[in-house]
Amino acid sequence: MMTQSISAMFEALRQKLGPQVQSVRADREDEVYVLLRDADIRPITEHLRGEFGARLVTVFAEDRCSAEGVFFNYYVFEQKGSAQYLIVQAPVRSDTLEFPSLSAELPSANWQEREIQDWFGLKAVGHPNPRRVALHDNWPDVYPLRKDFPLETVLPPFEGERHIYRPAFGEGVLQVPVGPVHAGIIEPGHFNFAVAGEPILYLQLRMFYTHKGTEKLFEKIPIHKAVFLAESISGDSSFSHGTAFCQAIERAASIEVPLRGLAMRTILLELERICNHVADIGAIATDVGFVIANAHASRLKETLVTLNEQMTGSRQLRGMVCVGGVRRGWDQAQLNTLRDTLDSFAREFRDLISLIDSSESTRDRLEQTGVLRPEKARALGIVGVGGRASGVDLDVRRDHPYAAYPRYSFRVPVYQAGDVWHRMQVRIDEVNESIGIVRNAMPDGLQREFRVPVPSIPSDRCALSAVEGWRGEIIHWIRTGPDNHLQRCKIKDPSLNNWPALVEAVQGNIIADFPVINKSFNLSYSGTDR
Amino acid sequence: MFKILQKTVSTGTVTANYPAEPIKISGRFRGRPSFDFDKWKDARPAAEVCPTGAISLSDKGDSRKVTVDYGLCVFCGLCAEASSEQAVRITQEFELATSDRRNLVLAAEYTLNADRTHRGLRKVDRKSVNVETDVESLGKKARETIQKILGRSLAIREVDAGSCNGCELEIVALNNPVHDVERFGIQFVASPRHADMLLVTGPVTRNMELALLKTHRAMAEPKVVVAVGACGISGGIFGVNYASLGSVDKVLPVDVYIPGCPPRPQALLHGILLAIGRLAERLHDNRAG
Ligand code: SF4
Repeated sequence: MMTQSISAMFEALRQKLGPQVQSVRADREDEVYVLLRDADIRPITEHLRGEFGARLVTVFAEDRCSAEGVFFNYYVFEQKGSAQYLIVQAPVRSDTLEFPSLSAELPSANWQEREIQDWFGLKAVGHPNPRRVALHDNWPDVYPLRKDFPLETVLPPFEGERHIYRPAFGEGVLQVPVGPVHAGIIEPGHFNFAVAGEPILYLQLRMFYTHKGTEKLFEKIPIHKAVFLAESISGDSSFSHGTAFCQAIERAASIEVPLRGLAMRTILLELERICNHVADIGAIATDVGFVIANAHASRLKETLVTLNEQMTGSRQLRGMVCVGGVRRGWDQAQLNTLRDTLDSFAREFRDLISLIDSSESTRDRLEQTGVLRPEKARALGIVGVGGRASGVDLDVRRDHPYAAYPRYSFRVPVYQAGDVWHRMQVRIDEVNESIGIVRNAMPDGLQREFRVPVPSIPSDRCALSAVEGWRGEIIHWIRTGPDNHLQRCKIKDPSLNNWPALVEAVQGNIIADFPVINKSFNLSYSGTDR
Repeated sequence: MFKILQKTVSTGTVTANYPAEPIKISGRFRGRPSFDFDKWKDARPAAEVCPTGAISLSDKGDSRKVTVDYGLCVFCGLCAEASSEQAVRITQEFELATSDRRNLVLAAEYTLNADRTHRGLRKVDRKSVNVETDVESLGKKARETIQKILGRSLAIREVDAGSCNGCELEIVALNNPVHDVERFGIQFVASPRHADMLLVTGPVTRNMELALLKTHRAMAEPKVVVAVGACGISGGIFGVNYASLGSVDKVLPVDVYIPGCPPRPQALLHGILLAIGRLAERLHDNRAG
């Protein structure tokens, strides 16, 4: 589907699917929209998956009732080996409000289709588990992402049951509820374990405790302020989400960011990755009792966030990315600090890893623990670190190049074992690759221009932007509106895809290993809940 | 084993001695923006770029009231870039925690020219924030309180009531070898029943309100509540909407507010030390009463 010209593709699709395809348009070379005549996505999905081995990246909806008299569902596909995203746009009639569900065949659509049900009031017909997900069970019948729902609506306080968990029966079977407030300093969510003695039979999740109306809010604030909202989608991925957002605006308005700006973004994206990976490696070590390794890892992380501050004024890289590039350039002194800190970090990181490698007991605890098999990972649509440790060879940096990544070579580590040890291994390899990328990008960070002036943003343009955050694939999709505002902003954090991986990986493991398995995925609650 | 020892010895001591000694921070760090109201000829550009509405204007006829709320500020520095005559400058001040929310709000009134720039400064309600800056003695007092009154340990329960996780990262950093709050006897605990202090982040979401209330109820008296970060203090960039109730003090009585987005670890420590002072007062009152 990817190398053909648009008209040839249109012809091919029309022949295959008949009059169901209304039109095909390429908003950008790597962003093609196929508009259907109705909501029935099944034939084209079958075709794209069967003929081209396409992968469903994300599903989301938009209320176009006042402009076009319908809702639209968007299904984003990609195909191995092509940089193009194919976006199928399917109208959902405002009188029936129904669309066919793909979740039975494509579990990765499960939560996202239910999000559409909860937020837009469209019904996913044939969904195997159509219960609420993005609004808790006791929310009144409101559809916050419809245009006629005001952002500031005051809803009555909570009453009644949030969620009825499936009961577990059997001799010695127990249900253990945990959360939403957890023991450590982490985000809130509810885990309901069914255990038979020590082993976990299954895990039920209740998320969206931190749902704070983010996607709706994006429609109400001007674009230059919305950059800061993007930085607050998931605090440990501020720079990745901020960049994904700015890229979307730049694509919509055809703004070309100068090389220096792109190289600086690349460097900061990799610093974010290194920081978080190091912290996770330390946290995984802690959860199996190797506290000394964590002491070193968290010290290393502290030197990295201090570096962040020297490069951007913020320990979490905030307030640096902007539409058109980055807000400030670097001087030679900053680049020297970057080089020196990175050099000493690289040495210390090597020491840390050999410390971990030399601990037989650590390896023992982590190997074969929390296994996510490659077939399962593929079926569930798992992305990012969790996917790559289970044979899912995806990386937006390589597959849909952005920022200055095409200029630097790097390896994408992929393993098949799918256990905690290999999720840690993916992180270790990626840190080493990231160090290489940053070193290669540094000279480009010295060019002249780091930012271009931003014209007023044209209205009614759609754009998709993707970034490989440290967790995995981040997608932002926008439709611009008048007066430098947005009409819609869809946010897909990799965590949204990946929670089912945790559910799968814990099965049959003992409950004492849950923390380390959970940590090895380290998903974002706020990124999921928005 | 040998490897571990070797690594430990070669690393040495890394813990910083804040607040007994001031910290070294990068010159690039963006702390509190300071406002020179006399020099400020036009507040509109700053208010226009401010992402959270921390700078707000209300014009009436030929007069303008300018309000600056550090409880909303995310320390982005845009106001300084947008203002001329150096009327707004980014400082390196970060010890902004206070027990009085009103301390975080500055206000000034101007008369206006025909082009809506400032003609004259009519009055200033508050020029700059009035916070506890003698952190060294704050640290000493807190140590004494922990040692003598609290039985050598202060237990904190942290609740994320809806944050983006940015504040959590800095709270976790308090436990790393560099910041190491355990040197004060400060511990983060799992059960609210053991906790003296509740540290709350995030705009409180509709979905977390109940869990937050239950956690607070489970704590024994006396207890103190600390609201962390722009979101915890004011709702931050999220504000109030169908899913967000906004500030923590809408749900619980708050004793100390710690500005920042997120507050750096030393800013958190400063606020926690301040809250220990409040706790000591409350313990004292309880015993006296
Ligand atoms: S530094 Fe604070 S007051 Fe200034 S623009 Fe940013 S958020 Fe607003």
